[in-house]
Amino acid sequence: MNIEKNKKDYRLLSFIVFAILIAAWCIASYSGMVSKIFLPSPSDVLDAIVSGLKDGSLWENCWVSTKRVMIGWFWSAAVALPLGMLMALSKKFTAIIRPFIEFARYLPVVALVPLTLLYLGIDEAQKYTVIWLGTFFQLILMVCDTVSSVERNQVNAARTLDANKWQVYLYVILPASLPGLLDDFRLTIGWAWTYLVVAEMVAASSGLGYIILKSQRFLATDVIFMGLILIGLIGLLTDFLLRLLSGVLVPWYKRLGD
Amino acid sequence: MPKLKVSNIYKIFNDGKSNVTALEDVSFEIEKGEFVVIVGPSGCGKTTLLNIVGGLDTASSGTVEVDGRQVTKPGGDRGMVFQSYSLFPWLSVLKNVEFGMKMRHIPKEQRLETARKYIGLVGLGEFENAMPDTLSGGMKQRVAIARTLANSPEVLLMDEPFGALDAQTRIVMQELLADVARTTESTVLFITHDIDEAILLGSRIIVMSNRPGKILDIIPVELSISRNRSALTNEEFLAIKRRIMDLLWKETL
Repeated sequence: MNIEKNKKDYRLLSFIVFAILIAAWCIASYSGMVSKIFLPSPSDVLDAIVSGLKDGSLWENCWVSTKRVMIGWFWSAAVALPLGMLMALSKKFTAIIRPFIEFARYLPVVALVPLTLLYLGIDEAQKYTVIWLGTFFQLILMVCDTVSSVERNQVNAARTLDANKWQVYLYVILPASLPGLLDDFRLTIGWAWTYLVVAEMVAASSGLGYIILKSQRFLATDVIFMGLILIGLIGLLTDFLLRLLSGVLVPWYKRLGD
Repeated sequence: MPKLKVSNIYKIFNDGKSNVTALEDVSFEIEKGEFVVIVGPSGCGKTTLLNIVGGLDTASSGTVEVDGRQVTKPGGDRGMVFQSYSLFPWLSVLKNVEFGMKMRHIPKEQRLETARKYIGLVGLGEFENAMPDTLSGGMKQRVAIARTLANSPEVLLMDEPFGALDAQTRIVMQELLADVARTTESTVLFITHDIDEAILLGSRIIVMSNRPGKILDIIPVELSISRNRSALTNEEFLAIKRRIMDLLWKETL
């Protein structure tokens, strides 16, 4: 007799994918098929990580980069959330702001970096600004779409249950769009890391993007790989934490495939 | 004074080229405790009409009065039950039913008591802590009905609430609603395209035509038999059904 399990555990599959990747890496590097300059071996990268841990530079670079991402992204979300909500609910406000947002959205952030350097110099504010520019114009439209897709019947039901305008925002529109908003946040934090590396490659003296660029000059491919792996791991961790938060904040929300 | 008075409602849309009349001179009155059903083909503007009464849509001209007081905005005096997707999925059954009272800042104790009373009335006593996602379609509509009634509306407006349910559940829900409306002495305005449903539930039936939506006739339902599933094949029942069908068929041809 087959008894359906409530939830199948697919973690083994995820693990296997990583195992295959690492195995392929080992074969390609240790066999000498690919030169060390192009592909350092796992032990080279591990050595780089260990020496980074020993002199403390690894933690510092990770922390500096993570802090930049968090602050830059936080301001982007702090502005995009109310404005995006307003866009979804007011045609007038949309008419005012949408053309500009759409225009700005298509400007490549990389092309704006020279201006950020000119206006803000090379200090931290410039890094936050690059991340803000890279995520804000996307996030505001995502927030707008997410809030617009709230079931009209739920809003109407609330209005016929004596909810005033603010109660509708607070007790219906906000909770109804929360799962979508958390997804929007998850995606844009990923992009924030892209723009962080852009910012750190142009003008910085610390951070993961900076050490990746610096290592290129010395052909220290092992350190480049270390930087990439660390960014990936921080990404995985962020994603994991946000999914955990979703589970706590919106346990009622079911996705296709859940 | 009638509980609900709808006077000379017109709804005219402009689709960019010409004016389309969705509702033409619709007037009727509902007395306290009456159960009135509007029946008509899809697209006859009956949902638009109900939304105008509920304050969710505006009329091009005409007025809606509750207890002699003109209304234009949505409010708890006209509670609505929609066809689908109107429960709040992040709230339990109990919290859903409490929603309207919470918006009116009614004390928690009283809220709980009233909510439980109506949850019991629709037969969901054991499910007060269930989340909407775990309920069947019929159960969800029971919660929606309890939620609206718990807010003690003057008039209950229902927009094809059983339209998405299967045939058996539909009959069970019709009997339940008839019971609940009788015990709570609710005044109900109910919309459907299902003639059987209209006759089973209504004390009067407003028959509407298509494009422009206007009232063809208002038919009182007086049955000497009890209104349940066996009435569906009764002669008196069938006579009323024939009369409504004749009215609607004449329109379609």
